[in-house]
Amino acid sequence: MFTYEFLQNYWWFIVALLGGLLVFLLFVQGANAMILLMGADEREKQLMVNSTGRKWEFTFTTLVTFGGAFFASFPLFYSTSFGGAYWVWVLILVTFVLQAVSYEFQNRTGNIIGRTAFRVFLALNGFLAPLLIGTAVGTFFTGSDFTVNKAAAGDSLMPVISSWGNGWHGLEAVANLWNVSFGLMVVGLAVCLGLMYMINNIDDEALVQKMRRRLVVSGVVFLVFFLNTAAGLLTMDGFAVAEDGTVYMERYKYLHNFLQMPAVLAVFLAGTVLVLWGLAGTVACRNFRRGIWPAGAGTVLVVMAVLMVAGYNGTAYYPSTADLQSSLTIANSCSSEFTLRTMAYVSFVIPFVLAYIVFAWRAMDRRPLTSEELENTEHKY
Amino acid sequence: MVETTLIDWSRAQFALTACYHWVFVPLTLGLAVIMAVMETIYVVRKDEFWKKASQFWMKIFGINFAVGIATGLILEFEFGTNWSNYSWFVGDIFGAPLAIEGIIAFFMEATFVAVMFFGWDKVSRKFHLASTWLTGIGATISAFWILVANGWMQHPVGMEFNPDTVRNEMVDFWAVVTNPVAVTKFFHSVLSGWMTGAIVVIGISCWYLLRKRETRFALASIRVAAAVGIIGTFAVMFTGDRSGVHVARYQPMKLAAAEGLMDGGRRAPFSIVPGIEIPGMLSILATHDIDGYVPGINDLLDGYTDPDGNEHLSAEAKMYKGETALRAFRVYRKIKDKAPKAAAEVKKVLDGNMEYFGYGYIKDRNELVPNIWLVYWPFRIMVGLGGFLLLFMVTVLFFERRGKIADMKWLQRVALLSIPLVYLAGQAGWVVAEVGRQPWAIQDLLPVNAAISSLSAGAVKTTFFIFVAVFTLFLAIELNIMFKAIRKGPGVDEGQ
Repeated sequence: MFTYEFLQNYWWFIVALLGGLLVFLLFVQGANAMILLMGADEREKQLMVNSTGRKWEFTFTTLVTFGGAFFASFPLFYSTSFGGAYWVWVLILVTFVLQAVSYEFQNRTGNIIGRTAFRVFLALNGFLAPLLIGTAVGTFFTGSDFTVNKAAAGDSLMPVISSWGNGWHGLEAVANLWNVSFGLMVVGLAVCLGLMYMINNIDDEALVQKMRRRLVVSGVVFLVFFLNTAAGLLTMDGFAVAEDGTVYMERYKYLHNFLQMPAVLAVFLAGTVLVLWGLAGTVACRNFRRGIWPAGAGTVLVVMAVLMVAGYNGTAYYPSTADLQSSLTIANSCSSEFTLRTMAYVSFVIPFVLAYIVFAWRAMDRRPLTSEELENTEHKY
Repeated sequence: MVETTLIDWSRAQFALTACYHWVFVPLTLGLAVIMAVMETIYVVRKDEFWKKASQFWMKIFGINFAVGIATGLILEFEFGTNWSNYSWFVGDIFGAPLAIEGIIAFFMEATFVAVMFFGWDKVSRKFHLASTWLTGIGATISAFWILVANGWMQHPVGMEFNPDTVRNEMVDFWAVVTNPVAVTKFFHSVLSGWMTGAIVVIGISCWYLLRKRETRFALASIRVAAAVGIIGTFAVMFTGDRSGVHVARYQPMKLAAAEGLMDGGRRAPFSIVPGIEIPGMLSILATHDIDGYVPGINDLLDGYTDPDGNEHLSAEAKMYKGETALRAFRVYRKIKDKAPKAAAEVKKVLDGNMEYFGYGYIKDRNELVPNIWLVYWPFRIMVGLGGFLLLFMVTVLFFERRGKIADMKWLQRVALLSIPLVYLAGQAGWVVAEVGRQPWAIQDLLPVNAAISSLSAGAVKTTFFIFVAVFTLFLAIELNIMFKAIRKGPGVDEGQ
């Protein structure tokens, strides 16, 4: 039943799922991007920080697990992209490192550089992490400047298999405006999700109304970049893989992928509707607070569909513009059948993990956060 | 040709991240147990004192926890960013433990640490207690999987080289998980974390005793920490002994370097410091037999025959076989599609020499000897401090049982001094383990010069200094916050 091909596709699905969950959890970053712009006074800022401060570990953990799962299932991507697009990944990591300590340290006596500095770190991570992750994912469709030569392992003097073609090491991705549009779309989405999360999680009417107004602006920004990115994706040439593994350019490849995989198209459309429902409902209806849930579920579905379009249906998911045949496909970059099968058994615990996360999350978020609760809490940010 | 400076800066960056990571992780592992025990006492006895006591140590835990996570993130991704060839060459085996660590351990930690910090008034007492234990269990499971990965780098098992995909592929997951080096390393490292946590708690508590404040809290904390610490310390000694046997068996060059042993033999002496030796002691430690044979650095380079009559190849012979394997690999890649029969013959040559494949990348036999100074002295520091800390823990437990510790100023001062020493011992242990493995990224399989990413040395140098600045700033802030929190104190004693 578990053929090698099935396992390859299964693991791409898991990676897509983790990618979807990661983008949903970027609501933490989106909310942080708003701290300095929105909090009118210290009380409001504290509410915002503490609201996401109880969830940031999930985003962090999902990022680490996303990396680990990619390493285990598609190690050639791990080695080629991380070692090649060095500056992009290092920048992403540094912003997350700054974020990791900022919650805990910002309100502590003796934090040396002051509370504002840590909030700037949070805001920096809030804007840069979605932008850079989005731009990097954009290269899954537009390609990157690298070559892979496995035979190089036999050269005792220069045995490196994957090489990047320029000294910018990934930063050149911003030269492609569509990649940037992709990144800005993710920033816009993260901000919208962050606002909707806080609207649901904070019990402070004045702040919530302010967030609803801000959601109109960020919603429009998101939709502009979403439409631009979607239009570009559906009209661009894509990196197709022939039966014998040869990579070639195909006109409207990603549009074809949607049309040839109706289930993926349905997932994409369902996700889009859910995101719009969450957004429109929160903006239009004063009593609607739970927009984060349809929008969050929709985000997971849309991102999964986009990643499935990038990798399924004979497509190179990490294409090379320097040498088409170096492009990474699900088949040529994955782990061995034995490892994928072993890892597939491990992945069966994921529903159990999700179940206890939901259980604990519900237990903690039964009541929205209030200023009174913060005043009476020992551990707060 | 791969630049030597690139290799050195990449190694420096990884070493920097690993050293910083190991500043924060042991305290997380140790404090997790101590505060969970305290909270258990609170739930059983329903005494608010124990709740406040565990909350104080949770505060210290929280300050320390975040930086551990941050450095851990960098460490995981550095396998890709700086060691890309490594990631492909052994990713099929090495990636699995990291993924499992994320799926099973990190989510457990992330979920329940939030309940532990913020759930006191939101969940039941028992649910909260379970969350505190699960936070510690998550951290321990995480340590297990990363040490499975590290143990595999010291003693690779359960894989085969596939010349078609140009990588090592896992064939026996169970062998990887139950690798004796990994299992020993797990217990050695985690329990050294218990030891660290215990010594930090005892040290801070003794500071309160010296200041004549928080006396009840300090004595109660010492009682719990001493019990946890004594288990940790004895277990570290026991697993350290097992570790010695494993190193002698699987990484004899590391042992020879750690001892500065140039010429080996039976009844090999243990060097306390240069010029002072205990005859036969190294043989006992390495083989559990005073007549056991331990090869020295020259034996390992020149080749030798052990007492059982087994011949061990010289460095040159291994390098020759490595070159043969690499040559066979190149030929195989060229002809495998055009002439499958000839390719099958070439593959036999490759398979016959595969054991020495990594030696094909070694250009000079002296590369096979790690920096002796950097292995010899840290080994002495680790063992010496380990012995001192064992004595210290036994002393603390002895006087704590007799209720005398509150009046023993000298012991309280020693406790305070022991805090930096336990960190020094832990760092020294990792220096021995990692520097002693050089030049190998994976023992006998892949040297660091073949594991590298294709980057400029300047790029890695830049990120090295960025990480130095960021990590050092975080350490300084963490220490300052921690000192302030300690000075403020838990305020749980009556009348305070």
